[in-house]
Amino acid sequence: MDKLINDLKVQIIAQLNLQIKPEEIGDDQPLFADGLGLDSIDALELIVLLQQYYKIKLSNAEDGPKVFKSVKTMADYITAHQPKV
Amino acid sequence: MLNDIYISASCVIEDNIVYKNGQSLFEKKEIDLSEFLIACYNHFEMNYPKFYKMDGLSKFGVLAADVLLKDDFTIESYKAKDIGIVLSNANASLDTDIKYFETVKDIASPALFVYTLPNIVIGEISIKHRLKGENAFFIAEKFDVDFIKEYVSNLFYNNVLQACICGWVEVLGNKYKTVLYLIEKNKNIKSLDFTTENINKIYENNNG
Amino acid sequence: MKSAVFVVGVGAISAIGNNVTECLTALENEAAGIGDIHHLQTVHRNKLPVAEVKLTNEELALKAGLSSTISRTALLSMVAAKEALDDAAIENISSLRTGFISANSVGGMDKSEDFFAEFLADNTKGKLRNVINHECGAVTELVADKLGIKNYITTISTACSSSANAIFLAVRLIKQNMLDVVVAGGTDALTKFTLNGFNTLMILDQQLCKPFDENRKGLNLGEGAGYVVLVSEKVAASLKKDVYCALSGYANANDAYHQTASSPDGTGSFLAMTGALEKSGLQPSDIDYINLHGTGTQNNDIAEGTAIKRLFADHYPKMSSTKSFTGHTLGACGGLEAVFSALAIKHSIIYPNLRLETPMVDLPFVPERKLLKNVPVKNVMSNSFGFGGNCSSLIFSKL
Repeated sequence: MDKLINDLKVQIIAQLNLQIKPEEIGDDQPLFADGLGLDSIDALELIVLLQQYYKIKLSNAEDGPKVFKSVKTMADYITAHQPKV
Repeated sequence: MLNDIYISASCVIEDNIVYKNGQSLFEKKEIDLSEFLIACYNHFEMNYPKFYKMDGLSKFGVLAADVLLKDDFTIESYKAKDIGIVLSNANASLDTDIKYFETVKDIASPALFVYTLPNIVIGEISIKHRLKGENAFFIAEKFDVDFIKEYVSNLFYNNVLQACICGWVEVLGNKYKTVLYLIEKNKNIKSLDFTTENINKIYENNNG
Repeated sequence: MKSAVFVVGVGAISAIGNNVTECLTALENEAAGIGDIHHLQTVHRNKLPVAEVKLTNEELALKAGLSSTISRTALLSMVAAKEALDDAAIENISSLRTGFISANSVGGMDKSEDFFAEFLADNTKGKLRNVINHECGAVTELVADKLGIKNYITTISTACSSSANAIFLAVRLIKQNMLDVVVAGGTDALTKFTLNGFNTLMILDQQLCKPFDENRKGLNLGEGAGYVVLVSEKVAASLKKDVYCALSGYANANDAYHQTASSPDGTGSFLAMTGALEKSGLQPSDIDYINLHGTGTQNNDIAEGTAIKRLFADHYPKMSSTKSFTGHTLGACGGLEAVFSALAIKHSIIYPNLRLETPMVDLPFVPERKLLKNVPVKNVMSNSFGFGGNCSSLIFSKL
């Protein structure tokens, strides 16, 4: 799980063109609103990230806020839904 | 009557040099376009993280607008809906269209798709400086000075706008040129008459 | 009053008809043109509904009198622009200062994306001829040449408000006595580029769209072209036919909120509609019908609805979104909907907003769900709000 969380932080920074280091993102830090200040287009890019790196398709945009609340919730979602290789 | 609008300021970005009112403010040769844009962002202390997400066209537009409006523009003296933007270029958003299209092969990138329209740069400038006036984007093979002069003058004569950012913002691959003009009614010591001759002189940028 | 500008000709091609008469018949019969993808070669076939023009490129080329290797965007443009000019029937047009102001968002993308796919795989392949007319401006020039319009040609590209902006630039040029006649409007063809892009923004409805419905899920992309012929008072007076209407109000503003979403309170829309009313000298209560931008996305409809609630408080005009028939034709929608607005005035009809089952709970009004005939339609407002916060509103008035 720790590795997944760290990988996610690196991937998020790359995918969203953020100018921070992985260490600066807290595991439970809110990604949207006041936390990291991401917007709706970033949310869509995170959906692309899930598909590209983890082969998970989030077809319902309304699930987004729950899944992308923090890096931890993303990691939990991936662990629960990642297709078995 | 004919001369009651003025070019209060201008910003030209070409050959990796940023000019304001004809003077070079920043230069960084020997680096590529994307590095140059980041170097400008840092030099001018823009402090606007959204910059990093923008495409080339928007980065040039927002950078030039920041330089243009800094120190020379008292935005508080205007209502948001009285400040407009009129821009033009030859290649629309082709630079980003190509980059976006490469992602379609795999998974289309929403962050790139959002920039596949030439007028998004107007949106970005408007968002940053809270400008809500009339805005337009024209596609033309070359910078049509007569047209821009007539069009913008008309907006002032009909009281559609009280201030306007206009000009040319173009990028395709490694080639780019950005020329922005700030047009206002009040004259100050730096103001130039809004004539085709002055517009051309600034565009040709022979100081460089 | 400054000199007026009149609509004297209309031309249109869309998913609901290959000319104005066919489009009008479909509108009157509540027959939408949205369905499965037939022409575009895309992975989304059988998955996403679109509003395609029901003609192949070869059939369009025959109608347009152009080669079928030319971009579909240009073919659609030619068909509609020619219909508008023929409709206007200005006998002495060669002695008048004539302009062509056309808008589009995809340019020759339909051809370029085919070229690109081959070229990416092997850079010795792909027909370069297909990308010569990629630029938005090239599409306009091709059609202007074929129409024989020389005095003034320009292209506007401001997303979904493009052709509304083309129309109001035309009005200004005529009022300034720089031109006598202008064919103004826009065109856009469906492309994989836009289909994939809108899909990735997750604002497409997988079913037929439901503009202004509480449970709306997004838009359906469409294609087409729509043009009006605008003339000065002097030219209008010399014509034998009656004019359709006058273009009495127009305004543009920037929402300054987000690259692709509208502000929740619809500031840009409000400013554009208010500006158009001021320009026309009309009161909100003078508007008989609003042709909504009404794309069917969660965001647009609440923003536009909120702006209308603010502006028209208590005097809500009848309104509908014809995108429920034609889909969202992007750069063409302002032009196409201008044609529909002129027709509404001429024929005293108000179009229905299809598939509206549950009215939006936050709005105190409901768009018309049935076609209305023989109703007074004196002033029509047409809204077109584009990405980049570019918001335009036009007002058409009966004489």
